[in-house]
Amino acid sequence: MFPRTGRKLETIGRYFFFLGEILRGSIRRPFRFAQYAAEMEHLGVDSVLIILLSGGSIGAIFALQMIAMLQMFQAEIGTGAAVAVALAREMAPVITTLMLIAKNGSAMAAELGTMRVTEQIDALESMSINVVQYLVLPKVIASMFVFPVLTLLANVVGVLGAYLISVVLYTIDSGSYTDYMFTFLSPRDIVTGLVKAVIMGFITSTVCCFHGLNAGQGAKGVGDSATKAVVSSSVAILVADYILATLMLKVIYA
Amino acid sequence: MTDIPVIRTKNLSKAFGDHYVLRDVSVSIPERSLFAVIGQSGTGKSVFIKTIIGMLVPDSGRVWFRDTELTALGRREMTSFRNRFGYSFQNAALFDSMSIGENLAFPLTEVLGMKNRNEIKKRVTELLEWIELPGIELKRPDELSGGMRKRVGVARALILRPEVLFFDEPTTGLDPVLSETINSLVVRVNRELGITCVMITHDIPAAFRIADRIAFLDQGYVIADGTPEELARSDHPMVRDFIRISFSGLET
Repeated sequence: MFPRTGRKLETIGRYFFFLGEILRGSIRRPFRFAQYAAEMEHLGVDSVLIILLSGGSIGAIFALQMIAMLQMFQAEIGTGAAVAVALAREMAPVITTLMLIAKNGSAMAAELGTMRVTEQIDALESMSINVVQYLVLPKVIASMFVFPVLTLLANVVGVLGAYLISVVLYTIDSGSYTDYMFTFLSPRDIVTGLVKAVIMGFITSTVCCFHGLNAGQGAKGVGDSATKAVVSSSVAILVADYILATLMLKVIYA
Repeated sequence: MTDIPVIRTKNLSKAFGDHYVLRDVSVSIPERSLFAVIGQSGTGKSVFIKTIIGMLVPDSGRVWFRDTELTALGRREMTSFRNRFGYSFQNAALFDSMSIGENLAFPLTEVLGMKNRNEIKKRVTELLEWIELPGIELKRPDELSGGMRKRVGVARALILRPEVLFFDEPTTGLDPVLSETINSLVVRVNRELGITCVMITHDIPAAFRIADRIAFLDQGYVIADGTPEELARSDHPMVRDFIRISFSGLET
């Protein structure tokens, strides 16, 4: 009865078991610090350009829309504050994560999926290497470090993009614009976004690695695992964002 | 070869969902022998090996390595025990992100925790010379031919000096000349290094030529088990058909 539902529930159960293995692996020797650092470099450095472009564009687009709306109330001076707060709390972590899912999440799933179908994972297991500790943990740790760093970068370039549109294109007074912005933007807005980015980094890397390790046979299996990784991690981070936003509004902003 | 079994299985069964892959498999693999497992595709040969070395957990039955019952060991004990076995994969399963030298050094650094670079380099060089592929340490796996990759795969399985080496279809996808090279390598591993070799193969003539004992798997059951001569005299219809078809090409 309901075999598809049963299989989906089984997959969710296996994912949580997989999370347990990651947590167990994170407190057991050996600690492969060089591998963690290499993974951070791989994830971080190669993603800077894409975050600069997407963060700057989002800031600029958001500023355009805000100016169009706030002009009706002659309140366009508040554009910088609105963009900075929205970016810090919500948009920078979410946009950064979605970009990194598209670029790195799919690559993680494809890499592990290819290793699965070419028996490289089996080869590691035959040597008694803990696959989760050796292959997955460095990606999870790197993601939890790199996602907030790139979110911070997206914040900065987003605010710069909005500033350029507002001050250069719409000639809003620069001093008042920045003064307003710093009045409304508080450090806890930035911290909130960074905490979200850490959690989203964890969710993205674990979901993508889980799908990669469970890839089916052949090229189709690898392709399907990458697709599932992108779709399920994107949905998961949006759901998680809603839950985190609700919790943080109650805990941090209460 | 001795008569003392190094590996024994008793009533080993394994199913995936409703599909039984191994059913009551009981075999005895003598120490220092070359043991071949033959049968049609999808009859559970790879599952048989993975169940012995603990990569898959059997649904029922028992496995012994000498006097130790492997199926009674915990996960952590089995993991450390597994270093006594080597596994040469069908397509070599070399790590494509590493060079050949790094592939061979990997078990030494990650499994044995060796740190002495000179010692690691010496062992890698010696083993590459032994498989007659010297000087390829800096090459990548995709720069090698299929036969060379398989030999490197065997070398990586040998580098930890295992007591039993499993070969999963070592000649699949190779032309007859390369197949013969790999078969010769399997024999050298067995005779020169004194390592018990368990070989899954579809190359029936080769199995009859080089193996000391052969087990025939069909639908998860061992339907025949013995020396090549004993198997050749089997009156089981499936075994007789398989042997007749496998050797008919050679006769013509």
